[in-house]
Amino acid sequence: MTVTEITLTINDITVTVPQGATVLEAAHQAGVFIPTFCHDPELTKFGACRMCVVEIAGIRNLPASCVTVATEGMVVHADSPAVQEARKTVLELMLANHPLDCLTCGKSGDCRLQDYAYLYGVKTGSFEGERHCYPLEDDNPFIVRDMNKCILCGRCVRACAEIQGNSIVEFTNRGFNAKITPAMDVSLAASDCVFCGNCVAVCPVGALQEKRLRRAARTWEVRKVKTTCPYCGTGCSFDLNVKDNKVVGVTSCDGDVNGRALCVKGRFGYGFIHHPDRLTTPLIKKNGIFVKATWDEAIGLVAQKLGQVKAQYGSDALAVLSSARCTNEENYLLQKFTRAVLGTNSIDHCARL
Amino acid sequence: MGHLSELHARCTDQYIEKFNRSRVIVGLGTCGIAAGGDKVMAAIQHEAASKNMHIDIDFTSCIGICFREPTVEISLPGFAGVIYGDMTPDKVPYLLESHIINRHPVEEWAVMQISEGSTALYENITKMNDYPFYSKQVRTVTSRLGRTNPESLTDYVATDGYKALEKALSMQQLDIIEEIKKSGLRGRGGGGFPTGMKWGFVYQAVGAKKYVVCNADEGDPGAFMDRSVLEGDPHSVLEGMAICGYAVGADEGYIFVRAEYPLAIKRLQTAIAQAEKYGLLGNNILDTGFNFKIKIKAGAGAFVCGEETALLTSIEGNRGMPRVRPPFPANQGLWGKPTNLNNVETYVNVPFIINRGSDWYTSMGTEESKGSKVFCLTGKINNTGLAEVPMGISLRDIIYSVGGGIQNGKRFKAVQIGGPSGGCIREEDLDLPVDYDSLTAAGAMMGSGGLVVMDETTCMVDVAKFFLSFTQTESCGKCTPCREGTKRMLEILNRLCSGAGRMEDLDTLERLGRVVKNTALCGLGQTCPNPILSTILYYRDEYLAHIQDKRCPAGACSALLVYQIDPDKCKGCSKCAKNCPAGAITGGKKKPYFIDVDKCIKCGACLPGCQFEAIYNDAAPHRNNCRPATRRTA
Repeated sequence: MTVTEITLTINDITVTVPQGATVLEAAHQAGVFIPTFCHDPELTKFGACRMCVVEIAGIRNLPASCVTVATEGMVVHADSPAVQEARKTVLELMLANHPLDCLTCGKSGDCRLQDYAYLYGVKTGSFEGERHCYPLEDDNPFIVRDMNKCILCGRCVRACAEIQGNSIVEFTNRGFNAKITPAMDVSLAASDCVFCGNCVAVCPVGALQEKRLRRAARTWEVRKVKTTCPYCGTGCSFDLNVKDNKVVGVTSCDGDVNGRALCVKGRFGYGFIHHPDRLTTPLIKKNGIFVKATWDEAIGLVAQKLGQVKAQYGSDALAVLSSARCTNEENYLLQKFTRAVLGTNSIDHCARL
Repeated sequence: MGHLSELHARCTDQYIEKFNRSRVIVGLGTCGIAAGGDKVMAAIQHEAASKNMHIDIDFTSCIGICFREPTVEISLPGFAGVIYGDMTPDKVPYLLESHIINRHPVEEWAVMQISEGSTALYENITKMNDYPFYSKQVRTVTSRLGRTNPESLTDYVATDGYKALEKALSMQQLDIIEEIKKSGLRGRGGGGFPTGMKWGFVYQAVGAKKYVVCNADEGDPGAFMDRSVLEGDPHSVLEGMAICGYAVGADEGYIFVRAEYPLAIKRLQTAIAQAEKYGLLGNNILDTGFNFKIKIKAGAGAFVCGEETALLTSIEGNRGMPRVRPPFPANQGLWGKPTNLNNVETYVNVPFIINRGSDWYTSMGTEESKGSKVFCLTGKINNTGLAEVPMGISLRDIIYSVGGGIQNGKRFKAVQIGGPSGGCIREEDLDLPVDYDSLTAAGAMMGSGGLVVMDETTCMVDVAKFFLSFTQTESCGKCTPCREGTKRMLEILNRLCSGAGRMEDLDTLERLGRVVKNTALCGLGQTCPNPILSTILYYRDEYLAHIQDKRCPAGACSALLVYQIDPDKCKGCSKCAKNCPAGAITGGKKKPYFIDVDKCIKCGACLPGCQFEAIYNDAAPHRNNCRPATRRTA
């Protein structure tokens, strides 16, 4: 099936895109930058923040480019004076009801509101008036939820419904009092939230933050090391956030397997890495007490004991249980060792957690 | 198809038979009940029983003269029906005795008389057509209002009800759509989109399942057209929807009606049950094989659900928030299926067009706006009520002929048309013809039909504030400009009305208004700055007075009023000081009193007590005729 293409111009740049592409997608292809808050390629189109508005010849008002389908011969102006005025005003309106605590905000440096305010030269104080004064939600070990910083882009709502399939949060109330909350406006801890943190991964501002990470390091202090989650066999990718050679947190990267989705263990279960209780050497029980040993000692002891059992009772007296947390290569080697060295087929694998 | 003619004949016999008896009919629309119509009804029943009168006691809906509610109609066989207004239970015994027993209508209580067929007219009672309120009206959509029992299928069928459906079912689908196109009917919910064209889109849309939805989520302040029609003629809505369903290929309909209209919901439920019982809705309608069912969805109180995409989302069981169009409901509507969505009044026009033909319909109205439009007259107008006028009539005719002019002989200032989305129209523009395009060009819009009339005591900054506080509360909160922009505009207006306005506030209001209009997601947001922008455009001097002089020229913004006592008029009676809850008025016996402006809370309690008219507020237009400020107009 051939894909029909259409050609349009954006800021006088001619670009050809597949039929059905949005003006925003066409702009990206043409190399024209259009700012967005609520748009997320992984989520359904929402068209709410109105940051991506553009001027299109022949169309009334300023449509949102993220939800406007490009048509043949369309003439788009993505940076006209009317567009600039609209974007600046939208930013001013957001900032008029946003705590200006960038000095201490954990999201500083990785915050779209901050970036766009800088980009458009928007200063604070254009509008005086009421600001929200919601209490900080800090009663769970994983996520700090500050609804005063929320710009109601609705990404968390869609991530929860469309990625995690849980629909814990939704828009409530109307007008200025609109708020994103779990049912009955309880805290996440009191809701059915499973703390996958996928809402945190999509939040463009500081309303949802990883609790430990944002207290441990500023966004620019960390080195991101892409790795595979050790918890289960799914093989999700994520970025370990490393500061001073220590893992201080986990953030989503664009993984081949998982996109940005992670589970509670993958995203928040990294505390064991630098935990003082973590074993760093093998232990051998001598006279009822575990004593530190070298790897040579430990492996030697295991080999000797396995040899003993095999010699005394035969190979089938041995069985091996492998773990889903091991890599494919490790599991392969273990079954090879079991069959070829131990001489038994009794090997199984906990494919479940 | 013999089915309907049989039913029609039976109903007509029963209907005509009613006129052979003495009848007392009480107006029991919501307006009538609110004015005490149910108490009048009880009094009539009690009186008739105790005097052993052989009369029919029936009820009807609002005939339109809300300013005369409760209304009672009495008709004797062979004589015109006389409509009495402002009825109370204690007037009932005399009324029944005089009109029914003595056969003398009570002329001083009569509003008008309506002759059905060849009934005899009374000499000294105004005929309906001569009654000024109705003299420039046409009655199509409202023809059964106040004339038939809205809970009686007999009355509906006897007055040509369901004839249009029968006719439509014998026509080709495209012929019906063509007829509607030719009639020039445009959406009566305010947008004015050509109805026939919309039906054509739904007909063409691909899909086995299609829906027909009626938007009865009337929410504009001061608007009650849909409620009156639903309460007064529910079957006509069902008939219009069924014709639409047949034309576009739908077998299921929804009426989204706001829960605040319980009487409308009840009468719709009754009507649906009756229609289903007689095979006029449901499966195999009139033995033609056409199936069409109608369900009612009661709204949960959100104004924004009047916006079509939010309305559909709400029917689906989700939070009523608008979504971006396209796709339009005609292609992807309810549950993603092609859906035709029209307003109550639009559907009610349909049976009349099918019955009488598009030529008849196009004989009313202007080049681009055909037919009639129902308006609700509210505010500072003498005749508040429901009026159906031909398109193209001037606003001046509506306000002065139909509406009877401004209350208390005050000067007209503006008329707000189109609800929170509309704009204000000045005296200079009152001769504009009422049609979609002229009103839009004047900065207002047809809207659903609410007309709020304002006089010289109305402050236009206060009006803008009222509408903004409405739209801010009703904004769904989805898009930034509407959610945050309305809030900031409202805060600025509050500031102006409290005397803390600054000159730059005007620029900010205009900029915010422009951006919200240009960038908001749905119709609510895109139109909500209209009341501000139109009042700044036409009444800039009032804004300047609030900002520069800290003065409200209309005397409506209480924070800007300065109450004073004229020492020459004050006789020192001390009544004002006794009435003052703030202890701001001091003085001695037989000496002029004095108001301490720092202590004064501007409540106006001192004013009515002063029989010497010595107290005035210096922002009022007429010093000697000042009254306490009223907060709003509607």
